[in-house]
Amino acid sequence: MTTGTKDDTNSDSLLSREHSFASVTDKIASIVLARRLKRGWIVGLLISFALTMLLFLSVAWLFAKGVGIWGIAIPVAWGFAIVNFVWWVGIGHAGTLISAILLLLKQEWRTSINRFAEAMTLFAVACAALFPLLHLGRPQFFYWMAPYPSTMGVWPQFRSPLIWDFFAVGTYATASLLFWYVGLIPDLATLRDRSKRRFPQVAYGILAMGWRGSARHWRRYQDAYLLLAALATPLVVSVHSVVSFDFATGIVPGWHSTVFPPYFVAGAIYSGFAMVLTIAIPLRAAYGLRDFITDRHLDNMAKVMLASGLIVAYGYLTETFTAWYSGHESEWFSVVNRATGPYAFLFWLLIACNIVIPQLLWFANVRRNVYALFALSLVINLGMWLERFIIVVVSLHKDFLPSSWDIYVPTFWDWSTFIGTIGLFTALMFLFIRLLPVISIFEMREMVEESHGESS
Amino acid sequence: MPQIFHPSMNTISRATIFGAVFILAVLIWLMMTIVRSPYVSGVGVIRSQPVPFSHEHHVAEAGIDCRYCHTSVEQSSFAGIPPTQTCMNCHSQLWTESPMLEPVRASYQKDKPLVWNRVHDLPDFAYFYHNIHVERGVACTTCHGQLAEMPLTWKTSTLYMEWCLECHRDPEKRIGPLAAVFASAGVPSPIISFEPHADWKNARCALLTNCSVCHH
Repeated sequence: MTTGTKDDTNSDSLLSREHSFASVTDKIASIVLARRLKRGWIVGLLISFALTMLLFLSVAWLFAKGVGIWGIAIPVAWGFAIVNFVWWVGIGHAGTLISAILLLLKQEWRTSINRFAEAMTLFAVACAALFPLLHLGRPQFFYWMAPYPSTMGVWPQFRSPLIWDFFAVGTYATASLLFWYVGLIPDLATLRDRSKRRFPQVAYGILAMGWRGSARHWRRYQDAYLLLAALATPLVVSVHSVVSFDFATGIVPGWHSTVFPPYFVAGAIYSGFAMVLTIAIPLRAAYGLRDFITDRHLDNMAKVMLASGLIVAYGYLTETFTAWYSGHESEWFSVVNRATGPYAFLFWLLIACNIVIPQLLWFANVRRNVYALFALSLVINLGMWLERFIIVVVSLHKDFLPSSWDIYVPTFWDWSTFIGTIGLFTALMFLFIRLLPVISIFEMREMVEESHGESS
Repeated sequence: MPQIFHPSMNTISRATIFGAVFILAVLIWLMMTIVRSPYVSGVGVIRSQPVPFSHEHHVAEAGIDCRYCHTSVEQSSFAGIPPTQTCMNCHSQLWTESPMLEPVRASYQKDKPLVWNRVHDLPDFAYFYHNIHVERGVACTTCHGQLAEMPLTWKTSTLYMEWCLECHRDPEKRIGPLAAVFASAGVPSPIISFEPHADWKNARCALLTNCSVCHH
């Protein structure tokens, strides 16, 4: 854009040059320190809270009655719980990718989105972790998955994917929480210093762990943050690979495939970036953060989404090819059944949502149009959810034995639990927006330094 | 800007970080200890019974064999609780006026069995067979303790899975000669004069820790 006007250059840079250290800090900290609650925030939190109550109700009913309240029955014993688990874990991956990998690759545009993307990761993992526990049947014994000196005298079954999941998700949640919290410390100190009332001063003060911003603090901080980034990086790949083993180690046609780990990881990043966009676009509109989360950020995220979406498409293709090339009757049948069986409608909707419609992202006009991007992000979220539904339900409902074939229909409680976790997720997100800085203040100040450095 | 925290907060916060780790470790240790304590496992706890039956008196003083009352121990999974008739074999002649034995006589006359409280109660998902254990040389006293010294009955083993596995993983240490299985004084442990049963030396011994051996 060589002949661009002033507006064009502004929208193309990551941070407007008009911003100074103080204005950046003011702008972001004021969201948290403002006394008044925005009406939109109150309404949003109330709706989310109501849905969270629906989740609690569903879980209480589940504990009272057992997993029979869901639509699961042999041969489809996994149903919504596993669909939602994989979907939520996948969504979390974008946060870790943005915060760890893009940091190590020195991609500056991550700065203004990493904080809330990490929060999204944490909340998504929290929602995800609920489902396998609820699906256990005897959720009160979930701790049997942990290796502790139990009176049973045996270790957990380390050959079971359930245990792998436990460790993968547990490590992921711990590492993400640590990374997020360490990243927050300098900003918590800023909030401590800027708040006028006693309670926030003490609360942020405790959380800031005595951060004074001395040179020595910063030095150690940088080392710790880089180390954590390096530790979190393999998790981007490993967690969803392990989740894919839940399927790939099984012999069910449509699951037993070596392409699963990479294709699950690509799908995770795909859905994760879609969710980041779903959150970022309303967030920046509601709080006037267009200076920080610029159109170029959205553009970059759209490109990542397009790339990972193409890998996912390639995964579908490979899966189909392998099924045909295997010459295995059941494998090929599962492919045909997906495309023409009782759930064919969902399969073609999935192809539309995940492969066909996102091709619009090739066009710069679409990537720069927030409405189109927002709509596309929702479409991809839906598509990725459908993908997990197809993998879990459609593979299971017609397996090797025609005598046991059946149709899976989700019940009210399946839906209420799923929608309830969406409520929990958004409720946590609303609280996060109000209580913690959604954008990393100190990293934005670094950006100011750099953008001023460039101009001088 | 005034200080928000008192300088002592430095020490307190350091102590809290250490304390969190310490408390967590202690908490886990505490739970593991409590679950193995008699309070939970019931080891050494006397359960009330309709009649204060003394194994000490009947085994050590009267010299009655275990199998006189627990008749099915060699043939069945269940060792057997004697019917009132077994008691009355002797007590129709001995201590016929004893007030302590009144419930026994009442049970006999009304033909209503005595309701004993189980001391050794395994969960229903674990299948235990007395016959195979007795046949392989596990003495009664190995699991049930020195009943000949118990005026009232309590259990001496937790019956926890780790306790079962202790022997199933390494049976040789607890197997005695077949002749000593019903010895009331019990077999000295460890047993030096152990002569392995033909089966112990073959592969079946390794199968003892299979899940399905006890959880069919």
